[in-house]
Amino acid sequence: MWDYTEKVKEHFFNPRNAGPLEQANAVGDVGSIQCGDALRLMLDVDPETEIIRDARFQTFGCGSAIASSSALTEIVKGKTLDEALKVSNQDIAAFLDGLPPEKMHCSVMGREALQAAIANYRGEAWKDDHEEGELICKCYAIDSALIERVVRENGLTTLEQVTHFTKAGGACASCHEKIEDVLISIVAARCEAGAIEAAPVATAVVTPAAVEKPRMTNLQRMRKIEEVIESVRPMLQNDHGDIEVVDIVGKNIYVNLKGACMGCALEAATLGAIQQKLFEELGEYVRLLPASQLEMAR
Amino acid sequence: MKPIYLDNNATTPCDPAVVAAMLPFFTEQFGNASSIHSFGNQVGVAIKKARAQIQALLGAEHDSEIIFTSGGTESDNTAILSALKAQPDRNQIITTVVEHPAVLAFCDRLEKEGYVVHKLRVDGRGRLDMDEYRALLTDRVAIVSVMWANNETGTIFPVEEMAEYAHARGIQFHTDAVQAVGKLPIDLKRTKIDMLSLSGHKLHAPKGIGVLYLRRGTRFRALLHGGQQERSRRPGTENAPGIIALGKAAELAMQHMETENTDVRFLRDKLEKGILARVRRAFPNGDLHCRLPNTSNIAFEFVEGEGILLLLNKLGIAASSGSACTSGSLEPSHVMRAMGIPYTAAHGSIRFSLSRYNTLDEIERVIEAVPPIIAQLRKISPYWSESGPVEDPNKLFQPAYA
Ligand SMILES: Cc1ncc(COP(=O)(O)O)c(C=O)c1O
Ligand code: FES
Repeated sequence: MWDYTEKVKEHFFNPRNAGPLEQANAVGDVGSIQCGDALRLMLDVDPETEIIRDARFQTFGCGSAIASSSALTEIVKGKTLDEALKVSNQDIAAFLDGLPPEKMHCSVMGREALQAAIANYRGEAWKDDHEEGELICKCYAIDSALIERVVRENGLTTLEQVTHFTKAGGACASCHEKIEDVLISIVAARCEAGAIEAAPVATAVVTPAAVEKPRMTNLQRMRKIEEVIESVRPMLQNDHGDIEVVDIVGKNIYVNLKGACMGCALEAATLGAIQQKLFEELGEYVRLLPASQLEMAR
Repeated sequence: MKPIYLDNNATTPCDPAVVAAMLPFFTEQFGNASSIHSFGNQVGVAIKKARAQIQALLGAEHDSEIIFTSGGTESDNTAILSALKAQPDRNQIITTVVEHPAVLAFCDRLEKEGYVVHKLRVDGRGRLDMDEYRALLTDRVAIVSVMWANNETGTIFPVEEMAEYAHARGIQFHTDAVQAVGKLPIDLKRTKIDMLSLSGHKLHAPKGIGVLYLRRGTRFRALLHGGQQERSRRPGTENAPGIIALGKAAELAMQHMETENTDVRFLRDKLEKGILARVRRAFPNGDLHCRLPNTSNIAFEFVEGEGILLLLNKLGIAASSGSACTSGSLEPSHVMRAMGIPYTAAHGSIRFSLSRYNTLDEIERVIEAVPPIIAQLRKISPYWSESGPVEDPNKLFQPAYA
């Protein structure tokens, strides 16, 4: 079935802190039985210090939903509310040594339950701003709701753009047809709304204009390269990674990938996506290579 | 303890006799059936025998009506596409909402390409409405494709009757009989069914081998184009070991047909009654009076299927679920939704599918194993209190944004 880590299995078979917490003074309910996942997080918060003294959960859901709930209670116990608010869904997934892409939403639900419980304690209203759609890209765990939002907000029209903005489609490429379907439906709606004239095709190729840009001076070229690298940096930092240009030798640009990006299975895909972007911006073919190959080149 | 396999609608183990029959065709008799020399000549003979064995199981009039394919999916796709290509003046398809994705996903694709697809709905027991069906039979319809038995619930559709109506209107009739073959007696020559799909791995033959039955005289267009194998209707060098294995499996299926409807049915009924007697708020899905003898689909309210499967698996018991989580989507199975099973139960639907290899002892062990698992998961479910669904309004699950 699923490729669950030992940690996920362990937390599913022996969930920590399962069951009602009678003295809870913060309760967060998220999910619903319709979508197959529902989680109630109950916290006992010390009113003086705002330290979470105890946490328990009740969950209706699959193995990873139960494991994520269990992990969440373990993570937040002993934290102050402000510290707890910093817990991200990646933290929950990391605590379990990772979740399959189809199951990342379980960790998202955990974080939401936490926010809802804290809002409940503080007497604030909590609004779920997160929607979920069909899983489109398995390599990067990206669903249709995210792609739709990014496409709308940024007026994207091509598959390549979607890959740059969301990473979806940047690895094995088997999701390209599905991404195009999402694009086509949004672009069609946009045309009906009269927002733009002609319907751009989803199967766009690199604009020829990009290739015909005027030649740059060496200095301009280097600045441009830096600029492109800067523009992708936030995306990498989101994944707890980073990038740094080490040297530029003719068509070869040597970079260091740092942190979470390094050595991860997606390193090649990440480099590929950035290289594509450089190609478009510079109007010339360049190769992005790991700095480790610099020695060999010399 | 020896594992207990109750997921035979997903796939079955090969029968040892089937494996024995196919093995020589990997080594001693590896030749190409089309070759003149002696390395291939036994292969052609063996394939002919296999074809006859399948002809017998299906009750086909001619052995040339049997076309070997790579499995159920290919047979389903070939049948539907052939009907459309061979009759360009007809652009409509009639099928049902509960078909296997091998039919449904393909129909969705065809719909995008401009074909018109009518999907017959089902009632709460998974049954079709014959009046709705008959009203759709027009001369714009190229093909009706309706499964013989449903893989999730085992519900049997009256395909023989439906084929008569289609035939009377000059419409081709295809049935996905992947789950029915070997479990129900079939005699195609006495029906008006034009095409039928079967898959080896559901009847104790290997994966990757299947058959498309094509009634003689049915207009046909091949999916693949190449050599003259299968009379050019399905070119490509024959999967000789697979074909021979499927022939043997067909022969065994005929011998065991009786067993399926006596012993296997008895075990299935015992399992279902045993579980329902011990677990509250659980009910069986599908048409209980008209279903495969080996399948039981039970909905456990207020628990999610994947958790049940993982805990069963820990005890060495293999079953499956139509729950969303096992498929990676958020919706429970399209079959459960089509039957209008409430969400509170659809997510917790478990399919137990037996075979002639299961024993009374195994069934008794499963009956013992299930109730504590359900209790354990309900204990941590926010929808369940001590002994039943949460009713106290103060404790009701209330998501902030609902
Ligand atoms: C009803 C039905 N049709 C088609 C198939 C697909 O068959 P295959 O796996 O041989 O492609 C299956 C099996 O998964 C099935 O249950
Ligand atoms: S599934 Fe999207 S790139 Fe692999």
